[in-house]
Amino acid sequence: MATIATDQKTGPARLGDRIFSGTALAAGIAILLALAGVFIFLAIEGVPGLAKPAEFYGEASNFWGYVAPLLFGTVLAAVIALIVAVPLAWGIALVVSHYAPKSIATPIAYVIDLLAAVPSVVFGLWGISVLARQLQPGYVWLDENMGWLPFFAGPASGTGRTILTAGLVLAIMILPIITAISREVFSQTPRLHEEAALALGATRWEMIRMAVFPYARSGMISAVMLGLGRALGETMAVAMVLSAGGGISLNLISSSNPASIASNIASNYKEGTPGKIQVLIATGLVLFLVTFLVNFAARWIVTRNERKLAR
Amino acid sequence: MSVATAPTRPTSEPIAFTQAKLPRSAPVLVAVVAAAAAALPVLLLDWGLVVWALVAGLVYLVALPVWARVVEGRRGAVDRMVTGLVWAACLVAIVPLVSLLYTVIDRGLPAINSTFLTYSMYRTELDQEVGIYHALIGTLLITLGAAVISVPIGIMAAIYLIEYGKGSRLARWITFLVDVMTGIPSIVAGLFAFSLFILVFGPSTRLGIGGSVALSLLMIPVVVRSTEEMLRLVPADLREASYALGVPKWRTIVKVVLPTALGGIVTGVTLAIARVVGETAPLLLIAGLTTRTNFNVFSERMTTLPVLIYTQNANPGIAETPGGTPPGIEIAWGGALVLILIVMMLNLVARVIGAIFAPKTGH
Repeated sequence: MATIATDQKTGPARLGDRIFSGTALAAGIAILLALAGVFIFLAIEGVPGLAKPAEFYGEASNFWGYVAPLLFGTVLAAVIALIVAVPLAWGIALVVSHYAPKSIATPIAYVIDLLAAVPSVVFGLWGISVLARQLQPGYVWLDENMGWLPFFAGPASGTGRTILTAGLVLAIMILPIITAISREVFSQTPRLHEEAALALGATRWEMIRMAVFPYARSGMISAVMLGLGRALGETMAVAMVLSAGGGISLNLISSSNPASIASNIASNYKEGTPGKIQVLIATGLVLFLVTFLVNFAARWIVTRNERKLAR
Repeated sequence: MSVATAPTRPTSEPIAFTQAKLPRSAPVLVAVVAAAAAALPVLLLDWGLVVWALVAGLVYLVALPVWARVVEGRRGAVDRMVTGLVWAACLVAIVPLVSLLYTVIDRGLPAINSTFLTYSMYRTELDQEVGIYHALIGTLLITLGAAVISVPIGIMAAIYLIEYGKGSRLARWITFLVDVMTGIPSIVAGLFAFSLFILVFGPSTRLGIGGSVALSLLMIPVVVRSTEEMLRLVPADLREASYALGVPKWRTIVKVVLPTALGGIVTGVTLAIARVVGETAPLLLIAGLTTRTNFNVFSERMTTLPVLIYTQNANPGIAETPGGTPPGIEIAWGGALVLILIVMMLNLVARVIGAIFAPKTGH
């Protein structure tokens, strides 16, 4: 120790510092490079896939005709997932942050985190063999009784492996992340705002509407967008559950819905020739750009809000 | 904050200082009545337990607000309905988890035995016993590879963000992009590794290490974020005491800051491993599929557990007895149980480590 203390300004210590800080900086830059690398390598392999002869795109005549139904399928499944998951997630987050006593809130939060730990392939397996079979009679009923709605036009799928089932599995998968972030922002509401509302005679729900929601609004929005990002990119659950076929259609209960981009890659890469693989990578590039934008926007809202609150 | 103006009472009414309220036991009372009321038609029409729970829940969600509407007025009714709805959300979310865990245990347990865990799928005779040993080894090695790549990069990057680059423009951008990176779809990470390796090694390359590269892309942001949180919790006093003794900054970080934050960092790394160990899509693309046990990540294909589950489910083969379960499905469920056990164990380990080495911030 003595030598280091006396030699503070000379060789070894300064050199050690420089090497260490250099390594740390290099690691930071490596992350930026990795992100740039994802874009660059996908572009190198994927851009040739944008302009192949028509036979590479199946029934479509060009790349955009090929990717449009897939993009539609991706968005449709994600939207179904959001419609189901968001109200549930906000409800659970409210229970954990405001309704339940701590002795119940902690186990609930733990159980929801447990849901996040289940691998997607297991969700897929469960989706096919349990959920799809349970829902199938329900689809038949919907087709018979509510067939006038375009969503339930039918004919009902015999296996239950429809875009609605896939969307429901996705909803379960994105529930934990939306819950976790909403819970975080709900519990950050200043105690004084809440008590002021209650002191004015507000019921608990009125207090939440007047004190908690305005405070947490941007956090809630970004939680939804992060959930959307997850749902757009999720591969295995959709690839396993959805039996895809056909083009753009709002019919949720038949087996004539397009696959999502991610699941299309997973189920078609194997029989791909190099040219076909380039087309798949090009669709992956589209997916990357879409999810990147969604995540970018979500995080930007969070960061902007953090700065606003810090001031 | 703009507060909605309170509804003005008609002046003719006498002002009451307390509102009429339902008795404290009202929710329990209504729940019991709802359960009984729902039981009647369900028993008569011979419906199942699920329908009974649904009907009882609906009766409760309607009856309690109606009663509150009569006694407490509109505001009380809305409040009670919302309370019922948010609790219902909790119950609804737990149903799939219970169903999933039950199914995995119920169908996975019969498949698991010592042969299942110690044999590969490679057979030299037609009716040889098979197992998932090769997939366990593949998962272990590829995840280990991902950890070897991402843990040093992740920890050093977090050190840069907290100790060196604090407040700089570069550090702000890295923090932001790390957050964005947590949302990269796993299939995109797989496509990245795939493009990289086919560009370097030719079009039909399938390597275990490629899977490690793809997984590390998913793992690095998690490691950075958790390490960052932990380093932030290290009290500044400790650093300053060390500087006052003349210790250079890098030795302060290595000898004082990192050991203080070690427990939290290990927890974060374990959770990151738990996240990537169940990843399927990237490994499907780049690590490929084989029936043999491969110990070398730098050559040839490697099967991992999630990929095995996916492919066995997709091509289950033919059942020995007509109407029985095809062998692939059995293997898939057995594998799913093993995979869930691995992930849960990692989570448990992370929690135990986190509890033991909880950051000592108190003075």
